Amino acid sequence: MAGYFNSILTGTKSLVTGLLITQAEFFKKPVTLQYPHESLEMTPRYRGHIQLVKNPETGTHQCISCGMCQKGCPSGCITLKGVKQEGVKGKVLVQYDLDFTTCSLCGQCIENCKPGAIEFSLEYNLASTNKEDFHYDLLERVKEQK
Amino acid sequence: MDLNLVHMVLFLVGIIAFAAGNAAYLVWVERKGAARIQRRTGPCEVGPAGLIQPLADGAKLMSKQIVFPDGIDKPLFMLAPMFAMIPAVMIFVTIPFGPVGFGPFADFMIVAREMNIGLLMILAFASVNVMALLLGGWSSKNKYAVISAIRGVSQGIAFEIPLVITAITIVMISGSMQLSTIVEAQAGGFWNWNWMPLQGNLFGPVSFIVFFICFLAETNRAPFDLGEAESELIAGFHTEYSSMGFGLFFMGEYANIVIGASLTTILFLGGWTSPFPEFVPVLGASSFLWFLLKIYLLIWTVVLIRWTYPRVTLWSLLNLAWKILIPFALINLLGSAVLIKILPMLGL
Repeated sequence: MAGYFNSILTGTKSLVTGLLITQAEFFKKPVTLQYPHESLEMTPRYRGHIQLVKNPETGTHQCISCGMCQKGCPSGCITLKGVKQEGVKGKVLVQYDLDFTTCSLCGQCIENCKPGAIEFSLEYNLASTNKEDFHYDLLERVKEQK
Repeated sequence: MDLNLVHMVLFLVGIIAFAAGNAAYLVWVERKGAARIQRRTGPCEVGPAGLIQPLADGAKLMSKQIVFPDGIDKPLFMLAPMFAMIPAVMIFVTIPFGPVGFGPFADFMIVAREMNIGLLMILAFASVNVMALLLGGWSSKNKYAVISAIRGVSQGIAFEIPLVITAITIVMISGSMQLSTIVEAQAGGFWNWNWMPLQGNLFGPVSFIVFFICFLAETNRAPFDLGEAESELIAGFHTEYSSMGFGLFFMGEYANIVIGASLTTILFLGGWTSPFPEFVPVLGASSFLWFLLKIYLLIWTVVLIRWTYPRVTLWSLLNLAWKILIPFALINLLGSAVLIKILPMLGL
């Protein structure tokens, strides 16, 4: 009989404790983000598609058009073209296209790049019904970059 | 009571609007409350703070097709949602919301039809809810629905006993089944309310807790929502219902919560009387606003309980009713009877 009343008392106490916890949680701020309206900044080691590194001093890329990334790419995603221009040392990059549809984000291109001219971007909001949307002109991209 | 046509039509429209509006916006309160308890934001896309969400849900439900599965008992299948909603609306007829309390109509009582057996009528109509559950589950020829209906009926009947016994205790104390008389017997400050262990009713707090638990179980609310245990029984008795058939069940459930909270307020929390004594200015006045404040606080407790406790098993649910609530309610009844009748006879 003592156990009967004891279980009722301890049960009631734990029920009230539970209610107080949920009521306290109710007044705290939500921790979720409303995704399309707000989003977290991506972590710096995230592997998005590659992009040309922008040199803050010169305001442009550091590519020397050696083509090692293109050679190293197992899927043949990268198409680049450098031309010899008069009065300029080395080749000048005139085209750098990335076909992201076949890229497996292995990072061989970045490993191969001696001047460190390419890096993984932090892009993750990629969705399209059109295949062409995943063909990137990275040279154009580095110009638009802040 | 003036029962002319205008009065009738006004109250009919008002009651249906109140029941439907509450049903719609309690869903919003429930979703928002659940979200905040779980540190989410809840509906916030449709209108400011998601306030138009219930209307959008209603429009969606109404535009959907009603599906009649093969082999169902069609008349009963169509009758069940009505049985869920009609008693809920009917009960509001006799629930007194209290006097306006201010302005030119300060003494006007907001009640459609006060009855001297109001409590009996409410309990009678409330028991029809079990019928809706049974008919809905049985007629839809679905094994999950039938299991849910069996559970719901055994639960509804088990918890109706302590509910009615506790209501009888209150009727004995106030000497009337008329809801306004029960409320007026509790006037004059919160220590006069029936849930306080004063006023010759030492068992008030126990009565109140027993009644509140039974109200949760009768309305099939968590943690007693075995009837629609979605993890085991899909959606329970309304598995086969679509469109407004489902909508009526859903609205009936929330309207029943409002009714349960109103009844608890009237029987135990002093109805529309102020928690402060009469001589406190403004706050001491009786008003339907006190009634609304009390029922919404109770409803919030109900929502909080849903998002705090896990669902009980059928075994422990019936144990709670038969082993704890019914003995306690009976002892309460006997104790109150002794306090009310026998002690004065002995000259104490």
